[in-house]
Amino acid sequence: MSVFSEVPQAAPVAVFKLTQDFTNDQFPKKVNLGVGAYRTDEGQPWVLPVVKKVEKIIVHDDRLNHEYLPILGLPEFRSSASKIALGDNSPAIQENRVGAVQCLGGTGALKMGAEFLRRFYNGDNNTKTPVYVSAPTWENHNAVFSNAGFEDVRPYKYWDGEKRGLDLTGFLGDLESCPERSIFVLHACAHNPTGTDPTQEQWKQIAEVMMRRKLFVFFDSAYQGFASGSLEKDAWAVRYFVSLGFEMFCAQSFSKNFGLYNERVGNLTVVARDPDNLKRILSQMEKIVRTTWSNPPSQGARIVAITLNTPELFTEWKDNVKTMADRVLLMRAQLKAKLQSLGTPGTWEHITDQIGMFSFTGLNPKQVEYMVKEKHIYLMASGRINMCGLTTKNIDYVAESIHEAVTKVQ
Amino acid sequence: HCLQFSSLLLFCFGLCSSWWGGVQMGPPDPILGVTEAFKRDTNPKKMNLGVGAYRDDQGKPFVLSCVRKAEALIASKQLDKEYLPIGGLGEFTKACAQLALGNDSEVLKSSRNITVQTISGTGSLRIGANFLSRFHGGPRDVYLPKPSWGNHTPIFRDAGMQLKAYRYYDPSTCGFDFKGALEDISKIPEQSVILLHACAHNPTGVDPRPEQWKEIADIVKKRNLLVFFDMAYQGFASGDIDRDAWAVRYFIEQGHNIVLSQSFAKNMGLYGERVGGFTVVCKDAEEAKRVESQLKILIRPIYSNPPMNGARIASTILSTPDLRSLWLEEVHGMANRIIKMREQLAAGLKKNGSSHNWQHVIDQIGMFCFTGLKPEQVERIIKEYSVYMTKDGRISMAGVSSGNVGYLAEAIHAVTK
Repeated sequence: MSVFSEVPQAAPVAVFKLTQDFTNDQFPKKVNLGVGAYRTDEGQPWVLPVVKKVEKIIVHDDRLNHEYLPILGLPEFRSSASKIALGDNSPAIQENRVGAVQCLGGTGALKMGAEFLRRFYNGDNNTKTPVYVSAPTWENHNAVFSNAGFEDVRPYKYWDGEKRGLDLTGFLGDLESCPERSIFVLHACAHNPTGTDPTQEQWKQIAEVMMRRKLFVFFDSAYQGFASGSLEKDAWAVRYFVSLGFEMFCAQSFSKNFGLYNERVGNLTVVARDPDNLKRILSQMEKIVRTTWSNPPSQGARIVAITLNTPELFTEWKDNVKTMADRVLLMRAQLKAKLQSLGTPGTWEHITDQIGMFSFTGLNPKQVEYMVKEKHIYLMASGRINMCGLTTKNIDYVAESIHEAVTKVQ
Repeated sequence: HCLQFSSLLLFCFGLCSSWWGGVQMGPPDPILGVTEAFKRDTNPKKMNLGVGAYRDDQGKPFVLSCVRKAEALIASKQLDKEYLPIGGLGEFTKACAQLALGNDSEVLKSSRNITVQTISGTGSLRIGANFLSRFHGGPRDVYLPKPSWGNHTPIFRDAGMQLKAYRYYDPSTCGFDFKGALEDISKIPEQSVILLHACAHNPTGVDPRPEQWKEIADIVKKRNLLVFFDMAYQGFASGDIDRDAWAVRYFIEQGHNIVLSQSFAKNMGLYGERVGGFTVVCKDAEEAKRVESQLKILIRPIYSNPPMNGARIASTILSTPDLRSLWLEEVHGMANRIIKMREQLAAGLKKNGSSHNWQHVIDQIGMFCFTGLKPEQVERIIKEYSVYMTKDGRISMAGVSSGNVGYLAEAIHAVTK
């Protein structure tokens, strides 16, 4: 009798199943608007030119080997990555109260932060502290926090489906009514999946409530630079919160803005009250890292560190990032224009109001099913599309298909 | 007005204590502590026998030629950097399983294993521990050999399992306490998990002989225990990958459906690339599919999917015939150098006139040697001779070279005579 005979078959992770179905589809005009990875106008993955350059540098540097990194990661990666988020002249960095943990992608950074919070935040191993994630949010947020031991992961109001924008009143309402010391996962920019970010004025209101009600700030920053094309602009919210004196975490991913998806490059930036707190926090982070993956992978971190710390390469990277951001903005503009010229019912301003890789089209599940089954255009059941999947060659087909879906299917 | 408001905020915040006031300083890592002290030491003859990473005869990190060649091959292919599947690179997991189980394995032929790519050995153990914690219907106890790798305990504990031990190392012989192990294992409650080091036991270097493995397999079967093999040194122990995997393959042949952690950190020198695998040998292919689906559910909220670089290198080496042959040669070379250093150390101790029996230095296998030095002797050898090792008397043979083995023999003799 097998010890595993009772193990049930788990449902596949939706976004990967979507890609699998797309891959198996033989339809010549099929389009994949599912998984969140950048594509060129030829519909191909793009290894950033600066990354290719740096990889050559690494391969030819005989001083480099494959030895273990320190538990917390490559020092020059951690510090330069935190600088990217907080700014070169960040007072917090100058005050020596910013530290970091190199992690396996943005997921790994969220995981480390969650594990630390469960052990040490709001009491000793207080698994009952509520963790709030936006409604909707990246689906893995829920699992990261609940697997770290948090028993109470709840949604905060965020997306207003009717007006297709931010439900600020609802959001602020949840901030006011939640238990004190609740943890809030905030999307630094380019909200996934809605593409809808608070304005600077709205962020100020959010920050005021969070400070007053002693809520914990946990930023998820997966698209810095990728959203607007500007690193500074995309980091505004994070930097604003730091300037107010919050003790906070920021999980950074370099998957999208460096195109290093499969090298798993992430950074958990820790902003502490003072150097002593920071030291103790990092010492405990080491213990958590040690029993999860011991020390992080070196290749991706090296690529990022060399790029960020070499002026010409840094400039080239920013340029590559802008190339990606600009193509997405172009596709947004063109999709909206085409839907408007087709006279597709509804308003389509949200296509260009939203920012980053994703757009919440507003298509309902039946319309999404139509898109997938009849038109072989693959998007998430929520109506989320990845703008990067659009190209000048397929945008007409996609626009026409959306038009059909909206007019034929209610 | 704005300035007043933000100063007021800062003032209010200043009155509140930090969230982290109660966070204690974590204890320093014992092994890293050795390296820190070593770095500070100015003695030109100092030796770092703490950390477990291979060094060549010049004391330098060793990047295998097969690795460099594989990297060049990979670079020429201009591959993209798209996310790997949650379970990792398919070519890698296939090759990884084949390496452990053997090409002719019935398990592989019937597809009744699931092998996922993991973050080296630690990541593999952790995923395994999490899987057992969630799905193993038996007792929550994991039985470790006494002693075991220091990190085993916190890994299993953090995953929600409980730790127990079975006798393993006999300090009076610096060898295997076979009788004690069998006695203890025979008393382990049914369906408990027993962790076995496949080869090159860490930290003692003491491995059971094949006849002893057979008896262990037998009693483990009688007790109906779930076997968790940790294989971090395949190839690195004896120099022969099949010989080092013998215990794993024997247990499977005997009908144990094991779980297995593999690391490529040492045998391919891919330490920092974090290359490993976790395998569950299931009843049949259908069960393997169910188990696979659940492993993915476990992995996704930890790190989503694993890193490409190291897995790509390992897979290229394993599946490219001349790179594979080169690898086998190089791994044989590393194991041989270690074996030679063991012989030279034992000879050196004899030459220095030591009256003790140092046979265990030669009998033990793999990277580590449990010298038998007591804590006071360890303290002395560090202080007086700048020979750095962990308090339990464990030395990493990888840190020994033809240039310093003589000094080491002198130092050990001096503190033990």
